[in-house]
Amino acid sequence: MDRVGVILCGGCGIGDAVDLDAVAAAAAAAGAAATLVHPCCCAADGLEAIRAAVAAHALDGIVVAACSERAKRQELASLGFDPAGMWRVALREHCAWSHPAGDEDTRMLAEDLVRMGLARMRGCRPIVPVAAAVSDTVLVVGGGRAGLEAARVAAGLGHPVVLVEKGEALGGRLAAQRSVVPEEPPYDRPHPNPIPGLIAEVTSCSDITVLPSTTIGAITGQPGRFAVRLDGPPATELTVGAIIQATGARPYDAHALGHLGYGASPDVITSEQLEVMLLAGAVVCPSSGAQPGRVLFIQCAGSRDDQHLRYCSSECCATTLRQAHELRAIDPKSEIVIVYRDLRAPGQLEHLFAGVQDMAGAMMARGDVDRVRVDGRLSVELSNSLLGEHAAVEADLVVLAVGMVPTAADGELIRRLHDARHQAEHAESAQARADAGRLAGELSRHQGTEILNLGYRQGPDLPALRYSFPDSHFICFPYETRRTGIYAAGTVRAPMGSAQAAEDGAGAAMKAVQCIEMAKRGEAVHPRAGDCAWPEFFLQRCTQCKRCTEECPFGTLDEDAKGTPELRELRCRRCGICMGSCPERIISFQDYSVQMVADMIKAIEVPEDLEGKPRILALMCENDAVPALDAAAANGATWNPWVRVIPIRCLGSTNVIWIAEALSRGVDGVILIGCKYGDDYQCHFIRGSELASTRLDNVGETLQRLALEPERIKLVELSHDEFDRIPLVLDEFAASLEALGPNPMKGF
Amino acid sequence: MKAGRPLLVLGAGIAGITAALEAAEAGAEVVLVEREPSIGGRVVRSRSYFPKMCPPSCGMEINIRRLEANQRVRVITSARVTAAEPTAGGWQVTLTVGPAFVNRRCTACGDCEAACVTKVLDPFNLGMKQVKAIRLPHLHAWPRRFTFDRAACPDDEARAIAAACRYGAIDLDATATTESLEVGAVVIATGWTPYPLDRLPELGGGLPDVIANVEMERLAAPDGPTAGRIVRPSDGQPPARVAFVQCAGSRDVNHLPYCSGVCCLASLKQASYVKDQLPGAEVTIYYIDRRTPGRNEDVLLQVAAMEGVRLVKGKVGRTEQRNRALALRVEDVEAGRVIDAEADLVVLATGMVPSGADDDLALFTRKDEDGFSLDDPAGRVVAAGVARRPEDVASSVRDATGAAARALAAARARP
Repeated sequence: MDRVGVILCGGCGIGDAVDLDAVAAAAAAAGAAATLVHPCCCAADGLEAIRAAVAAHALDGIVVAACSERAKRQELASLGFDPAGMWRVALREHCAWSHPAGDEDTRMLAEDLVRMGLARMRGCRPIVPVAAAVSDTVLVVGGGRAGLEAARVAAGLGHPVVLVEKGEALGGRLAAQRSVVPEEPPYDRPHPNPIPGLIAEVTSCSDITVLPSTTIGAITGQPGRFAVRLDGPPATELTVGAIIQATGARPYDAHALGHLGYGASPDVITSEQLEVMLLAGAVVCPSSGAQPGRVLFIQCAGSRDDQHLRYCSSECCATTLRQAHELRAIDPKSEIVIVYRDLRAPGQLEHLFAGVQDMAGAMMARGDVDRVRVDGRLSVELSNSLLGEHAAVEADLVVLAVGMVPTAADGELIRRLHDARHQAEHAESAQARADAGRLAGELSRHQGTEILNLGYRQGPDLPALRYSFPDSHFICFPYETRRTGIYAAGTVRAPMGSAQAAEDGAGAAMKAVQCIEMAKRGEAVHPRAGDCAWPEFFLQRCTQCKRCTEECPFGTLDEDAKGTPELRELRCRRCGICMGSCPERIISFQDYSVQMVADMIKAIEVPEDLEGKPRILALMCENDAVPALDAAAANGATWNPWVRVIPIRCLGSTNVIWIAEALSRGVDGVILIGCKYGDDYQCHFIRGSELASTRLDNVGETLQRLALEPERIKLVELSHDEFDRIPLVLDEFAASLEALGPNPMKGF
Repeated sequence: MKAGRPLLVLGAGIAGITAALEAAEAGAEVVLVEREPSIGGRVVRSRSYFPKMCPPSCGMEINIRRLEANQRVRVITSARVTAAEPTAGGWQVTLTVGPAFVNRRCTACGDCEAACVTKVLDPFNLGMKQVKAIRLPHLHAWPRRFTFDRAACPDDEARAIAAACRYGAIDLDATATTESLEVGAVVIATGWTPYPLDRLPELGGGLPDVIANVEMERLAAPDGPTAGRIVRPSDGQPPARVAFVQCAGSRDVNHLPYCSGVCCLASLKQASYVKDQLPGAEVTIYYIDRRTPGRNEDVLLQVAAMEGVRLVKGKVGRTEQRNRALALRVEDVEAGRVIDAEADLVVLATGMVPSGADDDLALFTRKDEDGFSLDDPAGRVVAAGVARRPEDVASSVRDATGAAARALAAARARP
């Protein structure tokens, strides 16, 4: 922006702490097209004064140095500037409230902060949202409970739906069930299976096209306009706006449960096999065709088990309770024994559980099953049960409550398998070929697991986090996978019961419709919902290093044959990780770029005198560290006055040139404060702080070249609620720099 | 998606915020109504979420950003529904708002608080601490505006407080206002209240060192009444032995006949708070069943493996003060044994009572026997979160996203 004005607010004690006229003079000297000091910018007359200044000086951008950008957003939004037209400097929190009033250091801090804001605004360019035709159609992959419900709800929201199902019939695993676990009152008994009604509704809906016996051949493109090739009779090509993956789970393979007698005796069956008998209305021992005198259920068959599935499959306890009710209804005489470790019937399923507890001839037995003996009458050997340390219970029919395994394919690992196979043939050294061959062997179980067949550079399916479930912020934002516009729903996403799978399908439909509507407006989806800026690539300078295409957590960038990035802008979440990764610094958003932050760093006045005041650059994540610092200030904390904070979108957007720039200008140290990383990451962009940490490892060379100590750079992981810790982090870093002595580059 | 009549979302806890945002980002007009002066309900009163042990304010930061960036959501705090009539296209609803003694001009500068001497029990901290009658509801409160417990302050003090505000944000003469709205559908996301301790005298409810799980969240929170120090309320000393009593009021026909679904994980999480802060403390969790579904099993495995943490199968039948300590009598009915134990601090894992029992909801909702709200798509009412069923945060978010879609679809459907 060419004509940037600086608005200085004197309210909330800022005017008492800082000589704003002096700050205004410093801003004018730094090139502000106009300055305005007002005692309360967020009040009606303050906003009016700003509007008048904008008009009088024909300003195309403003720096508002007042409270944190997290306060009074709606008031300042009324000025009508987009993010490329207004930058807010937290003079209140980061200066006036946290530093001594009238102090020279406080004034220098205020002047620096305002100059930095001005430098940033001058680098902004107008935002023109991406505009392109968008398809309203939602593609649902999988015709089980979650997929059917997703299709029904998306159509109910007015969107055309294409539902593809690999099998011949709809309904998924529930189709063969007599009943389901109760989903609404009364909770004390099984409920009729809703699947037939749901299938009828979906197949009769004019907005839903059902394609059975169909799989996905390929998906390319981006939200709003995915190009999909369907393999089915007949092969079809279509364009869809968003995708819901509801491919479900499969039962854990009971053949792996030899110790429980599966495969050794026909009378050891799985809960699915029992379901078939319940549906037929007769439960018998497969070996003899006779009615069983005692049916024994073994819970956690393959779940909560280090050797099998470490997680709890969530729905097996409720399924067993339901099957016990069903069994009692068709066979009043047989004894029922349920062997469990913890009976997990959460919420109002307690009523279903109570019904089994009160059932004549039914017994709940807590214990660990060691093995099932199949010589003679089946004998289930227990330990740690009420029957004693070791005991055995005989039964005629043993039902294994097997857990569930998501069908999800792990896109990143499939990609790695393909890369390893390529390397095993084409790598230059024999050693590299051997290593790649070994890796390919380890990953070979991912062969042929593709479901979505995404033509993405980072692999053909959603990346998984743990236990093969798709990676997402599964607490706060469970639908946000790492592939924009593709939402996982139902048991493919997490172990869950049928009622939850239906809700999940409805939720995914909400997200899919939302993604399409936001694509129409050219807006980013979560977490920077509504952001219309997008990254531009100055490809003439691209060296095809592939860092950006590798590092984007959302698989936004594809590659051409040479390795040049190809932007799919509506996949982009606007975190800036690509911008941070680029050694040529050719990636810029209209309102956020490497150059803008570098200019902010240049705007810090570094006293040249070696005995003078140190300067510290703090690059802070705007989602966690900056809010923590704001809260510290509101809570009355103070911190070292040499710190100059630059809020950044994500630590992953940190380009190492910023650090080199700061240190070469004599800044004494650089601290990066971002979110926690690892399996329990808190980064809203998944891997930002982790990537920043990796990049810092490579800054060592720069430091050596400058003959500087590595302790001048530090990365700290910090949570949003650590307002009490963040001032200490800054003070400790300042103290450590003081011990090191001044940056010898000062004054050069 | 065509914009029709707005969607009304009742309750701005995590379920209501989610439902409102997901609908609004899809293009719907939304009115989000909250009784308290700031949003966030129960989650902002929690120290961490299981299983990641991350702070709720982190996700709230993003949700607040989304709310402020979206012109289609209107958030009305300190408000409740006082009348509702079904119409051909949805509901005609009357909201009663305020009185707004502190208005939008408030900058949260704190000058008024400095002028205030009257203290009240802090509702954000569940009454565990005293705060000024005029204050920010909590450190991360949104809207970022002070709230004034006007009735607690003598008139002359109130006038001094109002005079201290340089921005004209305090209006001592404010009265409640009403507003009439026509909405297309309603999402009930009114959440829950903890089962009251005073109904559990046999478990020690009422004794100073017997606290509820929700109070433990505040004790461990950096912005809580003790700045995050876990101490015995009676003497302010860190406890050497902490006992968690599971199913305190839940799974009990004399109290709540259902399982509250989250208390096992909450206690495991809180056991890790204790061990992080007091590594030498002995922690015992008395349970009937350890209910940690899905990948939350990891939490059980992690906490059970901690040195000094024991999980003991048994239902606590009685808790009594014995000198400085608390004596617990634990029955393992299945094994036919009784255990006597002692602790310095007892945490009752009290369950969740749906707020659906409140009057204004009777205008809309059908409820089941346990008090949870039932869906009524034909009546254009959909329930979400714990108003609908006892569940954790992740499930509430899932549920609320789906509820938003089902409510919008109900609003589109012609009668």
